[in-house]
Amino acid sequence: MKNLIKTLAVATCSAAIISFSSVSTAAGGGNENLDEVYLNMNDKASLKNGANIFANYCMSCHSAEYSRYNRVANDLGIPLDALKDTIMFTTEKTGDKMVSHMSKEDAKAWFGVTPPDLTLVSRVRKPNWVYTYLRSFYRDESTVTGWNNSLFPNVAMPHVMYQQQGSPKLISLTSDGEETSATDESIYVAGGAKFDMSNRGTMSNAEFDKAMRDVTNFLAYLAEPAQLQRKTIGVWTMVFLVILLLLAMVLKKEYWRDVH
Amino acid sequence: MAIKRHDNHKSANAFMEWVDRRLPLTKVWNEHLAEYYAPKNFNFWYYFGSLAILMLVIQIVTGIFLTMHYKPDAALAFASVEYIMRDVPFGWLIRYMHSTGASAFFVIVYLHMFRGLIYGSHREPRELVWLIGCVIFVALMAEAFMGYLLPWGNMSYWGAQVIISLFDVIPVYGPALTEWIRGDFVISDATLNRFFAFHVIALPLVLCLLVFLHLVALHQVGSNNPDGIDVEGLKDEDGNYQDMIPFHPYYTVKDLVGVVVFFILYLGVVFFWPEGGGVLLEKDNFATANPLQTPPDIVPLWYFTPFYSILRASTDNLLFAYSIIAAIVGIVTLFNCFTKGISFNKLAALAVVAILIVGFNSVDAKTWGVVLMALAIIVLFLLPWLDRSPVRSIRYRGTPFKVMLVLFVISFVVLGWLGMRGPTFLFTLMAQIGTTIYFAFFFLMPWFTQMGTPKEEPKRLTVKEH
Repeated sequence: MKNLIKTLAVATCSAAIISFSSVSTAAGGGNENLDEVYLNMNDKASLKNGANIFANYCMSCHSAEYSRYNRVANDLGIPLDALKDTIMFTTEKTGDKMVSHMSKEDAKAWFGVTPPDLTLVSRVRKPNWVYTYLRSFYRDESTVTGWNNSLFPNVAMPHVMYQQQGSPKLISLTSDGEETSATDESIYVAGGAKFDMSNRGTMSNAEFDKAMRDVTNFLAYLAEPAQLQRKTIGVWTMVFLVILLLLAMVLKKEYWRDVH
Repeated sequence: MAIKRHDNHKSANAFMEWVDRRLPLTKVWNEHLAEYYAPKNFNFWYYFGSLAILMLVIQIVTGIFLTMHYKPDAALAFASVEYIMRDVPFGWLIRYMHSTGASAFFVIVYLHMFRGLIYGSHREPRELVWLIGCVIFVALMAEAFMGYLLPWGNMSYWGAQVIISLFDVIPVYGPALTEWIRGDFVISDATLNRFFAFHVIALPLVLCLLVFLHLVALHQVGSNNPDGIDVEGLKDEDGNYQDMIPFHPYYTVKDLVGVVVFFILYLGVVFFWPEGGGVLLEKDNFATANPLQTPPDIVPLWYFTPFYSILRASTDNLLFAYSIIAAIVGIVTLFNCFTKGISFNKLAALAVVAILIVGFNSVDAKTWGVVLMALAIIVLFLLPWLDRSPVRSIRYRGTPFKVMLVLFVISFVVLGWLGMRGPTFLFTLMAQIGTTIYFAFFFLMPWFTQMGTPKEEPKRLTVKEH
């Protein structure tokens, strides 16, 4: 009987773990070839740089309409009076939501689609996707914007940071697993696709990767600002509960002393 | 078999005496806690009853705080949830406790039901405790389903769309019924408003009432135990119970340990893994509801997936296989009629077989899917009468029950796992086998519970030395 229950419990737990883990892999984007991004919510410099790039480049078209400037400022350690010089360009009030410069109607007319709100993009698409997507733009004269994306073919969005990265030319969609040396600046690899970098912008490959990593880091923060406190409070809660558990066990033992 | 209780409840002091003359507080306290005697060998499985009540309280309390900031309006709902996550102090904690709590509630309830199943807690005289419990389970599923629409994410929207349209298969009235439930031709603001009403008022009231009845019925007949034997009559020469102890303080302090362990697991998820790898909070639900964009895979929350798998398992092939099984049963019964004589039961069996064969071949597979899914839940209600074992507890049951139980648990878990995945040929086949085992467990129960040799039940409770 004991064994039966143990077997059942083990079988159930392992099945649950297997299903959970495989679902989370599926949530990562299925068979798309995604590059892994290293996120660090404690790296305030990275988050600030990400916020800067986001406000200067992404917010020309995209909003983060569930997020407020002062919240971002507080979380990232940006002084409120410095907001207007760094990330707040569309409003005077620090408590306002981060809404784009562009109206939704104009955006629809210019791009055919309204650029999606980006507050939660990293929870919908997951950070690895965002990181790979931002690095997968390339020159393509056949599209309306003149740009294409190897992860999201025929996406309406143009390459916003081409002045920094340059204009990559697609060599192949799959790099066939061949290693490109990190010092080889003429080749850029993202999401398995390989690009010719003979037309380079102001940033090196590594600098551009770092910039995109910072944006992704910021977007991951933006999708759930609470994560900055969540784990800290969680650790203290666990410490409290473990102590409480010991006390509860002692109490139980004491009361049950006279049950035979 | 009702527990006999004395009537001379002594008030603790003058104040309580004043109260007790007007409100039977001491009496209720005694009858349901301090003098509610429970078997002394409750094990791991007995934590989940009190945990379920705790979970109900947590959901209600967190729910109240969410309601203070949530807006049940299709244009505002999604943003109001993000407002709770960002602008309401500790709103994220309340929200994660509620969203994780829904899953935790089902974990607890499934384990609680499993406890009943293995120790025969559904057997005479506790049939009503089990039946009320089954109604609670159904109400809880409705509560969870309606609550899932409220964040107005894209999976909320499409999940509700898929599940409500299941009612379409009801002959004649189906389409009108689905329209009546939605209050519109599609899921819309009207649907959101009524689901909000059901989720925050109607169903919580029903749940609280049902839980109250569940406890009243339980305390009328007394708790079962892991040995499944009656210990009410075991008293020593002084008239004290030999194998029973008062619920308070013994089980209150013991359950406290269970509560803390549960909190470590539950709050561990809340603080460190609130999305649960996309299972507790699905990624498609972080995008606002969009009637024009169907998510690539519409999957219900994990606690519905075993039943969802049964729904999807129904194909023409499955119905064909079931027709053959029904035909074989029919032929065997008919053969029996000729050799051993006709009886009412055999004629009834033949009639059921005939109806099933006609049904399997004339009604489409989608409708049967809905019927099977409903049946998978209804059949739980029949458990007290399907189980014919001479003993209650699995500890003393014969091998056939244990084998079938293991197969049942495996099939339930596998069905749940398959329900989160897109159907492929292999997965559908697995779901069909799982569905068949699920129903075989219940419909063959009257026979296999009587097979094998049960072990002899002890006279006294088995207590581990401690």
